[in-house]
Amino acid sequence: MNEYTYPILFGVVVGTMARLVMLRTDYRQYPTYLHGKVIHISLGFIAASLGTVAVPAIMEKEFTAVTFLTIAASQFREVRNMERNTLTELDAYELVPRGNTYIEGIAVAFEGRNYLVIFTSFIATLTYLVWNVWIAILASLVCYLIIRKFMSGATLKKLVDIEHHELHFEGAGLYVDNIYIMNIGLPKRQEEILKYGMGFILTPKNFNVRSTIANLGQRQAILHDASVSLGVFRDSGTPALVPLIKRDLDDGRIGVFILPQDKDIDKAKRIIGAVPVLENAIRMPSESKANKKGDDNE
Amino acid sequence: MKMEKAILAVITLNKEKIDGGAPIFLCDTQEEMEKVAANLEAILDGISHALSDQLYIIVKH
Repeated sequence: MNEYTYPILFGVVVGTMARLVMLRTDYRQYPTYLHGKVIHISLGFIAASLGTVAVPAIMEKEFTAVTFLTIAASQFREVRNMERNTLTELDAYELVPRGNTYIEGIAVAFEGRNYLVIFTSFIATLTYLVWNVWIAILASLVCYLIIRKFMSGATLKKLVDIEHHELHFEGAGLYVDNIYIMNIGLPKRQEEILKYGMGFILTPKNFNVRSTIANLGQRQAILHDASVSLGVFRDSGTPALVPLIKRDLDDGRIGVFILPQDKDIDKAKRIIGAVPVLENAIRMPSESKANKKGDDNE
Repeated sequence: MKMEKAILAVITLNKEKIDGGAPIFLCDTQEEMEKVAANLEAILDGISHALSDQLYIIVKH
């Protein structure tokens, strides 16, 4: 026991708890039960220890000790690879795949969360050592709040208006409103699709959103999330029954065609609205200098 | 080169309009054509698309 024991203990506990807060099993069913969780809690514990120990190291003027944080960085990059590989492997066996953009987003989140744990532990231990345990508790709470804010990104309902539209056929072409989805030849399939399918039109609220929802990865994420939450009327060997999203080139609206097992319109709207906006799909054309200046003479 | 899409079979009522590489299935009636197309769709794991009332193709996507 020395003067650092309690601060270090405190930092590790706060950091590990921060990881637990960020580790929710929700509709994405990822991470799955126990085994997946154990991996991430252990890594969170390691991250917490690293963040914590950095503080006494600096106080003891052991500046070289801080270099082990770089080991931590490469370690957590490995976490990202691990998540990416696992999810890509599993994706081949999904009825409606997540798509690479979604997977990459999840993998990045896992890496990022470990760094958040390091920062939390670092701040907790630092405040404990500099002031006292009460201020440390206060600082940790503030950290939790910031983490919660970091964790929840934007969802689609902030970007688009969602409307339900009936599906219809023109000849063999399947349409949602005026957006062409695909060609279905067999009358029997057409009946099935009219019976089980649902159509939605997502109208972008501004110009930036157009390119975001046009991203193929973002579209696949919508289909995946909708299929996970509403079920999907599909099997291997029925390639015609495939949920699809197509775009109206004129105004950037997208037509969502899904085959849910639960045909509840309001629920479907809520679910589509709650689809996360993928970091990698976000585009900001309005931020470009060419767009801002508004004249070509400069 | 990886082929993204391919026509696996052609089902038709009108032989005159068809020639070329993919296997061609000739049918006498609309019902027969739909039946054949439905079976081929399941067997080949492709989607049957209608190009006209007399012509279906099975495409692997």
